[in-house]
Amino acid sequence: MTATVPLDVEAVRKDFPILSRTVRDGHRLVYLDSGATSQKPRQVLDAEREFYERHNAAVHRGAHQLAEEATDLYESARARIGAFIGAPEGEIVFTKNATEALNLVAYSMSNAAFSAEPAAERFRLGPGDEVVVTEMEHHANLVPWQQLCLRTGATLRWFGLTDDGRLDLSDVDGVITERAKVVALVHQSNVLGTVNPLDAITARAHQVGALVVLDACQSVPHMPVRVADLGVDFLAFSGHKMLGPSGIGVLWGRRELLEAMPPFLTGGSMIEIVQLAESTFAAPPQRFEAGVPMTAQAVGLGAAVDYLSAVGMANVHAHEQQLTAYALDALSALPGVRVIGPPDTSARGGAVSFVVDGIHPHDVGQVLDDLGVEVRVGHHCAWPIVRRFGVPATTRATFYLYNGTEDVDALVAGVEHAKRFFGVS
Amino acid sequence: MHLESMYQEIILDHYKHPHGRGLREPYDAEVHHVNPTCGDEVTLRVKLDGDRVVDVSYEGQGCSISQASESVLSDLVVGKPLEHGLAVEQAFLELMQSKGQGEADEDLLEDAVAFVGVSKYPARIKCALLGWMAFKDAAGRAVESKQAAEAVATRGGS
Repeated sequence: MTATVPLDVEAVRKDFPILSRTVRDGHRLVYLDSGATSQKPRQVLDAEREFYERHNAAVHRGAHQLAEEATDLYESARARIGAFIGAPEGEIVFTKNATEALNLVAYSMSNAAFSAEPAAERFRLGPGDEVVVTEMEHHANLVPWQQLCLRTGATLRWFGLTDDGRLDLSDVDGVITERAKVVALVHQSNVLGTVNPLDAITARAHQVGALVVLDACQSVPHMPVRVADLGVDFLAFSGHKMLGPSGIGVLWGRRELLEAMPPFLTGGSMIEIVQLAESTFAAPPQRFEAGVPMTAQAVGLGAAVDYLSAVGMANVHAHEQQLTAYALDALSALPGVRVIGPPDTSARGGAVSFVVDGIHPHDVGQVLDDLGVEVRVGHHCAWPIVRRFGVPATTRATFYLYNGTEDVDALVAGVEHAKRFFGVS
Repeated sequence: MHLESMYQEIILDHYKHPHGRGLREPYDAEVHHVNPTCGDEVTLRVKLDGDRVVDVSYEGQGCSISQASESVLSDLVVGKPLEHGLAVEQAFLELMQSKGQGEADEDLLEDAVAFVGVSKYPARIKCALLGWMAFKDAAGRAVESKQAAEAVATRGGS
């Protein structure tokens, strides 16, 4: 384990202009919704602004100076973002967001059905094949696979959950059968906070020749992630959840897979030779980046990973672990409050979902909002999870490097206020 | 404090002691509506007798705003002409879209005027409208099914 140093939260907060504003009649903004989207430090905003003010041009086309500068900045961002997860730049594909990254894999797999390339064979699915997901997937890593099954005739299977919010891995070989072609799962649950163990799943998946796709939206922003350590084949995350701009996401894939995979979106930039009747395609990652890309956003995400690297991801993780433990203790101590998910920080990150007896999460969230405490309420785009736990919705607090224990205190005080307001204390 | 403007006593009373809740027979149409952003849902049945709404029964899960709104709906439309119920629905919809600026017609909306505070919160407007949208849908289907049945009866008798 790397030694960690405590974060100077006050110093960090000074980098985030939005955190100094007030909400709802002068309340200090207590932002506990970073799991939905994070706030942005000035360094990221400056990088985007400077790109537009000094270097803006369409990348990978044109030979003028601005085109060169824009292309250099875009590719430099790719290299730094790759380094952030321990991957070479040639394995980093820029997408609109993680949802698009996951759809890219799913659609490339269905496009494989129409490809004459022998290399596409390993991506082909049909009736009798199986796609495996889990009951804790975000809709972004569930619906695309449901749709892939509909298009190809493959069958969807899934791992269920235990009562404390872990994957039920009691029968890995029975869920991932010889017929499995893809196993798609989340690294850290956006609702439960659970960090899934990958070894048994990746070992079994690769034993039967299935590809493993990891939704890392809630892990890459919050803990050190090295793709080589995970044993997965593809990994997706979004820039806006890790201090970067919206409109930029990343698909990482093992190089040999990206080279063999048919394209998803086609058009300019992704081609090699175009004839009137047919075309050949560029090598990855360009093969998967059709059209003029979101350049300023890539530059902004590059600045975001620079920022996170300077703080140190091990330090970010340690800080969030402390906040999570503090929040779990404080919330569990409140009568009538039940945490949905693992009860301690073992293999668990900083998404804390809870229900308050007798008060609907919408109403909890409304009272919190009235006090300036901004949380997420609802099913968090993971409807099967709340259904599994027999609740209509949850209230969810998520933490990041700019949150401190005073933010958790404000949350707890707000929940107590909600209980008084609705007369359930 | 904005809380009291949203959660007026009338709303909290209806939430804690809902009127007309539960699914009942007989009914002419049943609909199931959800609020996909939060997962709240309602199953709602309408029974008509000629032009009158003789019962609205409902069941579901949701926040205090959606539950109270369904309770108020039941008070306002049951036992009244359908035309009146749909006029209330339209007036309530306009109130909800008023961003807190609406001039509520108290004679028509009665307890439903208490929801004016909700209209200042875009994320909660759907909560207040969930039951009303279900009612409008179910009433339309009830009328259609009666018209279809009458058409069959008319043809059968000629």
